[in-house]
Amino acid sequence: MTERSTVTTTPYTIGVAPFRPGDEPSFGEKFTEQPGDLTRPDPATCTAEDTADHAKGLIRVLTDEGEAKGEWDPGLSAETLIQGLEYMMRLRIFDDRMIKMQRTGKLSFYMRSFGEEAIAIAQTMALEEQDWLFPSYRQPGAQFVRGRDMVSMICHCIGNTEDNVRGRQMPVHYTWKEGRFISISSPVGTQFSQAVGVAMASAYKGDDEVCISWLGDGTSAQGDYHYALNFASTFKPPVILNVVNNQWAISTHVSLATGGRTFAERGLAYDIPSFRVDGNDFLALYSVTKWARERAAAGHGPTHIEVYTYRAGAHSSSDDPSAYRPGNEFECWPGGDPVERLREHLMKIGEWDEKKDNALAEKIDSEVMAAYKEACEFGDLASGPYPPASTIFTEVYETVPWHVQEQREELGK
Amino acid sequence: MAKMNMIAALNSALAHQLERDPNVVIFGEDVGYFGGVFRVTAGLQDKFGPHRVFDSPLAEGGIAAIAMGMGLNGLRPVAEIQFADYIFPAYDQIVNEIAKLRHRSGGEFSTPVTFRTPAGGGIKGGHHHSQSPEAQFTHTPGLKVVYCSNPRNAKGLLTSAIESNDPVIFFEPKRCYRGPFYGDPHNVPTWNNHPDGEVPEEYFAIPLEEANIVMEGSACTVIAWGAMVHVCEQGIKDSGIDCELIDLQTLVPWDRDTVVNSVKKTGRVVIVHEAPKTSGFGAEMSASIQERCFYHLEAPIERVTGWDTPFPHTTEWDYLPSPSRIAEAIQRTQEE
Repeated sequence: MTERSTVTTTPYTIGVAPFRPGDEPSFGEKFTEQPGDLTRPDPATCTAEDTADHAKGLIRVLTDEGEAKGEWDPGLSAETLIQGLEYMMRLRIFDDRMIKMQRTGKLSFYMRSFGEEAIAIAQTMALEEQDWLFPSYRQPGAQFVRGRDMVSMICHCIGNTEDNVRGRQMPVHYTWKEGRFISISSPVGTQFSQAVGVAMASAYKGDDEVCISWLGDGTSAQGDYHYALNFASTFKPPVILNVVNNQWAISTHVSLATGGRTFAERGLAYDIPSFRVDGNDFLALYSVTKWARERAAAGHGPTHIEVYTYRAGAHSSSDDPSAYRPGNEFECWPGGDPVERLREHLMKIGEWDEKKDNALAEKIDSEVMAAYKEACEFGDLASGPYPPASTIFTEVYETVPWHVQEQREELGK
Repeated sequence: MAKMNMIAALNSALAHQLERDPNVVIFGEDVGYFGGVFRVTAGLQDKFGPHRVFDSPLAEGGIAAIAMGMGLNGLRPVAEIQFADYIFPAYDQIVNEIAKLRHRSGGEFSTPVTFRTPAGGGIKGGHHHSQSPEAQFTHTPGLKVVYCSNPRNAKGLLTSAIESNDPVIFFEPKRCYRGPFYGDPHNVPTWNNHPDGEVPEEYFAIPLEEANIVMEGSACTVIAWGAMVHVCEQGIKDSGIDCELIDLQTLVPWDRDTVVNSVKKTGRVVIVHEAPKTSGFGAEMSASIQERCFYHLEAPIERVTGWDTPFPHTTEWDYLPSPSRIAEAIQRTQEE
C-alpha cells in the first residue's frame, strides 16, 4: 500500500495525500511486486491464512516488459485477449464520445472509466453468462462483455424516449436485466451487501450462479462494506467482493480514508480468502476472478479482492481534479495504462501490430459514432423528445394507487 | 454589507463560528483540502488548520456518530452530508441517538451538532441528488429543522443553527447556491442584483423560529421554504392576486404566530414544497392552520408539492411545483 503520510502536530491524526497540485509526484518507477512472486493456491482447499501474502502483496501476471509470467498466468488464447482489448478500446472511445455529448449539453452528466477499463471487462469475461453483476458506477464495461447494444446504453445516458429506465435515473446508472447487470444506485456501497443476498438466493435455489460486486476505496468506509464481509463470512455464499482501490474518492485520497493496512487484508479478519491484484493487468484480473468463481461455484464461499488501480480521470463531469492533485500523477504512477499494457503484451507475443490496432480503433470509432447518431434520433437532453411525463407515476408501485393516479391527472400530461 | 452568493454567505457564517468558538469543528466528505463539492468550506482548512476542518471517510453513519460523540464531549461539530439524499445511512444515528440524547439522559447529556446538507431538485440530479427530505426530520422530536432560501438568511440561520445547543438539520437549496430559481430552467439569474444577495460581512444571526414575510398581501397567504420561495414569487406574479408570501425558514419549531396572523387576515392559504405530498410538512401546517383559523378560512387550504413518486431525472420540470401550478392554486382559493 502507498506509504501513508500524516500530520501529527494536530491533536488527532489527519491523513495527508502524498502529492497535491504543484508537487512533483514520485512513486518510484516500477512496482516492487513482480509476476511470479505469489503462488496460486488450490481454490478447493485454500484458507484465508493461505492468502496472507496475497493480501499484503500484489498479484501480477504482466511483467514490465509486457510478458505473461508466473502461476497466475491464465493462459488465454490470443483470440480472447484481442476480444478483451477490443472491449477496453470500445469503452474508452465510448466514454470520450459521451463526455463530448455532456459538454455540448446532450447529456446532463457523465462518469468515465478512464484508467480502470480492465477491471469490469476482464472480471466479467472470467465469469459465466448466468453470473450476476452488481456494479458501482465505474463498471459499465461489463455490459460490452455481455453484448449490450451501444444505442441502448446511450439512450439511457441521454434519458430519452428509448431509455429503458424512462429518464428516471442520472446517466451511467445503467440497468440491464437481460445481461444480469443489476440497477445501479447513486448511494455508494449499498450494492455490496445486497450482492451477498443475491448469492444466498442462488445458493438457496441451487442455481449455478455467482454474484460479483464492486465498490471503491472510499466507499469501503460505509457500513455496507462491512455488512457484506461479515454476512459473506457467516453464510459463505458464492459471492466475489471487490474493493476497487483507485486511490481517490472525489478529492479524498486513500490516506485520508483509512488508517489501516491494505483493503485486501481486511478480508483475512473475516476469514475470507483475500487477494490484492494489479488492477491494470488484464491477465491478473482475469485469473484471480476465475479462481474466485471456481471456488464459489464449488461451494467453498466468498472471495475478497482488492483491485489496485488509479482513477486516471475526473470523478465525474462535475469534478475538477486539478484543484486537489497534480495533473501528471497518473503518468507518474507505476501501474501504467491498462489498455496500453494489454496491447503491448499482444504485440510482444506477435498477435498484434499497429496496423491492426489502428484499424480496430477506426472500426470502433465509426460504430460508436453511428450508435450515437442513432440514439440521438430518439431525443437528446438539449432538445428532447423526452419520455412522457406520465412515466413519473408508473412503476412506483406494481399498480398505480388512487392518490398517485389523482396526481397524474392533476399534472394532465 | 457585501454581495455574496449563498456559497459565500454560508462560508462566511462558518468562518465566523470557527473564529469565535474554538470548539467548532467542521468535517465531512471532501470538505477539507478541496473545500467541498459545492465549495462551501473552501479556504477554511487553510485558515483554521486541518484538525478543525477535515475530510472524513466516506460514511455518513460514521460522520453522524462521530459528530454526536464530539458534541457530547464539549465540541460543537458542523458536519456536512454531501447531498441530503445521502443522509439515510446516518438516519439511525440522527433519529434514535442524536435527537433523543438530551431526553434519554434526563438532560445530563446533549449534543449541539449541526448537519448542513444540500437538498432539493433542479440540477438534473435524478433520484439521488434531488430529494428534499425535511419531513423525515420534522417528524423526529428533538431535532430543529432549518431550510434557508437566499444568501442573507443562509448566513443568519446557519449562525443560529451552529449556536443552538440542540441538534439542527440545516437544508441548503442547492439550486439556489448561485442564484434564485424562479421555476424557469432557462432563466438563471445570479444573486448579484437580488436584495438578499446583500449580506452583512460581520457576525450575523437570524433567530430560529422566525418566519420571514417576503411580501405582504391581503388576498391569499402563500407559505414556502427553500427554492420554492422564489418559484412562489413568480407564481404569485403570474396569478395577479395580492398575496402574502411567507418564507418559513425554520420548520421545527415553526413560526405559527406569523402564519396564523396572516391567514386570519387573508382567509386563504397555499402551501408549497417540493417534497412529496403525502406526510409532507405541508400536511402538518395545513392541519395546524385549520385548528387555529377554521372560522377565518374562506376556501380549502391548497397544497402544491412534488408528486408522491421518486424524483425523476429527465422530466424534473414536470415534477417540481411550477409557477403555473402555484398560480392556479392561488386562483382556486379565490373562487366563491
